[in-house]
Amino acid sequence: MPIQYYIFFCLTLFSIGVIGVLTRRNAIIVFMCIELMLNAVNLLLVAFSKMYHGAALQLAPQSTAGIDAQIFVFFIMVVAAAEVSVGLAIIVMMFRNTHSIDINFLNRLKN
Amino acid sequence: MNAIIVSTLLGVIMMFVSWMTTSTRIQKNIGLVGMLLLIAANFLQQKGWWVINFDTKGMLAFNQIGLFANMLLFILTFLYVWINGDEIGKIGNHTADFFAIFFFILCGVSILTSFDNLLMLFIGIEILSIPLYILTGSDKKNLLSNEASLKYFLMGSFSTGVLLLGITLIYGATGSFHLAMPIVNPKTHLVNENFLMSAGLILLFVSMNFKVSAAPFHFWTPDVYDGAPTVFTSFMATIVKAAGFIAFIRVFEAQRIALGYTWPIILSFVIVATLLVGNITAVFQRSVKRMLAYSSIAQAGFMLFALYGNSIFNTEAILLYIVAYSLATIGLFAVLVKMKDYSFDSYNGLAKKHPALAFVTTLFLFSLAGIPLTAGFFAKYYMLNALLTAGAGLWLLIVAILFAAVSVFYYFRLIQAMYFISGEPAINELDKTYELKLWVIAVLIIIMGVFPGFMFNYLYF
Repeated sequence: MPIQYYIFFCLTLFSIGVIGVLTRRNAIIVFMCIELMLNAVNLLLVAFSKMYHGAALQLAPQSTAGIDAQIFVFFIMVVAAAEVSVGLAIIVMMFRNTHSIDINFLNRLKN
Repeated sequence: MNAIIVSTLLGVIMMFVSWMTTSTRIQKNIGLVGMLLLIAANFLQQKGWWVINFDTKGMLAFNQIGLFANMLLFILTFLYVWINGDEIGKIGNHTADFFAIFFFILCGVSILTSFDNLLMLFIGIEILSIPLYILTGSDKKNLLSNEASLKYFLMGSFSTGVLLLGITLIYGATGSFHLAMPIVNPKTHLVNENFLMSAGLILLFVSMNFKVSAAPFHFWTPDVYDGAPTVFTSFMATIVKAAGFIAFIRVFEAQRIALGYTWPIILSFVIVATLLVGNITAVFQRSVKRMLAYSSIAQAGFMLFALYGNSIFNTEAILLYIVAYSLATIGLFAVLVKMKDYSFDSYNGLAKKHPALAFVTTLFLFSLAGIPLTAGFFAKYYMLNALLTAGAGLWLLIVAILFAAVSVFYYFRLIQAMYFISGEPAINELDKTYELKLWVIAVLIIIMGVFPGFMFNYLYF
């Protein structure tokens, strides 16, 4: 499949994530949309990795070109997990104080 | 490398310290000794002695300027902890955890001063940001702190997503994550003017602007700085922001070529917008803490000048600016921490009751405004010099100086409140040593303002 399809597909996923972050009011759903953005990026990285790897294989059968993007994907997953742990803790902390996870509550600082 | 390893180890040790002893004083002193160890480790690396030396395969590149930036940021952190240690102890139940978080942030800082690969940029930024979300929300019962923390977290991870998309598009265009390599096409020897490359660079630029809170991506800054506990705001506004700038410059030193002639246009737009938003909004603030948040946006506008050119002047200018700005801001926040409320009125008549305190505060404000004989003057001077050397238009310089004049207005409102309005200052009692620590910062600012070359002699020889 041409790489353009992957690019457009991943950019669509990413945009859905962005729209979700900008429009939804529930902290958990906003959070899920951010994860969607990260995973769209992961998919795109893997597609690019495959593209470069395939091109390099035709020149040299032993080539490892393009592997670095797949390693990057693992790092993104690990960092996303670390972010989830901190983010959920913050959301729980807020829920304990306000009994709500609605982002519209976040307007005390805007006076 | 030394700094990365030692700071991580110290972070883990501090986590155990919180389990071994409950005394805040002991925990603070262990933290301070740890900072000194970190400074020593970094110094040893500058002299060529490594704890562990292995080939990072082009992931990290250590040069003298990066190590020197490390050194400055570690010393600033040491000063910050030395002054604010007791205040940090008043927040939460486990002081040592905060020191552990500081060490983890410093680990992120030392990655950001030495990365040579976009993967390490991403990891460095995340190691820097994730502990910051915790610090912002560390006042768990306070709703404002909760709100600031959630806001910072959501916006921070959003900008991480943008950063990652940018890195991915750059990878798609060039097939490599390395900073310097892929810009020029090896076959045609022309700059890769690829759509993916340009889009990726713009996204990277947006995300880095977000991290250093430059307009139009500054919306989180006032709320987060206002809501976070004041001691930690001081840390976020100085050391973390400085590390963000060093990373920003490192990325765009090489990559800017791909943006061609559009680069100065985009950068000028961001600079003017940042100066405008920061300075004009700061004039209308009623809370000193919020005024300082907007002033940090305005100062970020000045620091962005260092991105204009590529010469040694820019590096010198940003390092001097970081030190001048951080010293003054740490000092101002250290005074602010002792205030009962953060309005301008609470400073009324401070000069009568605490003349020494009012004097050092005035000095810090002078330095931020860029009055001669303080560090801020030469920082601004070096920055504008770098701007002109880089070939920017004169109009940008004039805009910068005009906005520096605007900044004098809101800084001097505080001086006016302290010296010329009579009243009872709403201040908690201070001990003599606290004032002494503030004097140390004031003396450092004066030294930097009289002999700015002093710092660079150390860098070159």
